[in-house]
Amino acid sequence: MQATRRLDAVFAALADPTRRAIIARLASGQASVNQLARPFAMSQPAISKHLKVLERAGLISRGREAQRRPRRLEAKRLEEADRWLERYRQLWEGNYQRLDALLDTLKTQGKDRKPQ
Amino acid sequence: MKRPELRITPSGDRDLVMTREFDAPRQLVYDAHTKPELVRQWLGALPGWTMPVCDMDVRVGGKYRWVWRHATNKTEMGMGGVYREVKAPERLVTTEKFDEAWYPGESLNTLVLTENAGRTTLTQTMRYESAAAREAVIKSGMAEGVVASYDRLDDVLAATATPR
Repeated sequence: MQATRRLDAVFAALADPTRRAIIARLASGQASVNQLARPFAMSQPAISKHLKVLERAGLISRGREAQRRPRRLEAKRLEEADRWLERYRQLWEGNYQRLDALLDTLKTQGKDRKPQ
Repeated sequence: MKRPELRITPSGDRDLVMTREFDAPRQLVYDAHTKPELVRQWLGALPGWTMPVCDMDVRVGGKYRWVWRHATNKTEMGMGGVYREVKAPERLVTTEKFDEAWYPGESLNTLVLTENAGRTTLTQTMRYESAAAREAVIKSGMAEGVVASYDRLDDVLAATATPR
């Protein structure tokens, strides 16, 4: 149950484009709140709000440097969410590969039916 | 040819969005979703499974019912729902509920097909009753997915057991 709630928070956190952009930025290294706010047309409090959501989901954490408290990515949590989606993806990939084959057959039949 | 990528992303708190391209005009992709004789050839058509029930009354308010059965152990898995919107060949909105649902409520599935230069982009949005329901679906990988992996395991075991 605990694990379920946690994953839920991860997906909710990742559903927002700004937060996904923050994650992408942190994937290339830690950054301060100011640095994170720069590319967005947003106030620092607005960015802080997004950071709080990401932090609660366990996707990012704060460094110890007293002044900057740079945020960094918690890659493990992100991978966990990704693993669940991967299983679901594989299932549908199987369906769609069979659909590819069927569509190929239908296209060929359609050509055969056309008058010469 | 490289297979088109299937993307699945959570959106909002209770949607899952799947997108994939197909190298075929959308009328064919639409047919493959609405004609029973075509549906049974790909949807859940895993090795060892048959689809004894594939009833589809494709019109607004019409029902559909699908049942898969395993050839040897006779396990059955059924699901069904109602067509809410039918707009050939571009849009299909259906409700979906498994007989033995492991998540609360039903999902509302919206299929959108767009065509460009003879290729079709499929976008399927599944809206679950709650964030918890979406979570349960993702976590289970769906019952079918579990069955599929067991089938693959069977194949691997069979291949390993064959004397060389």
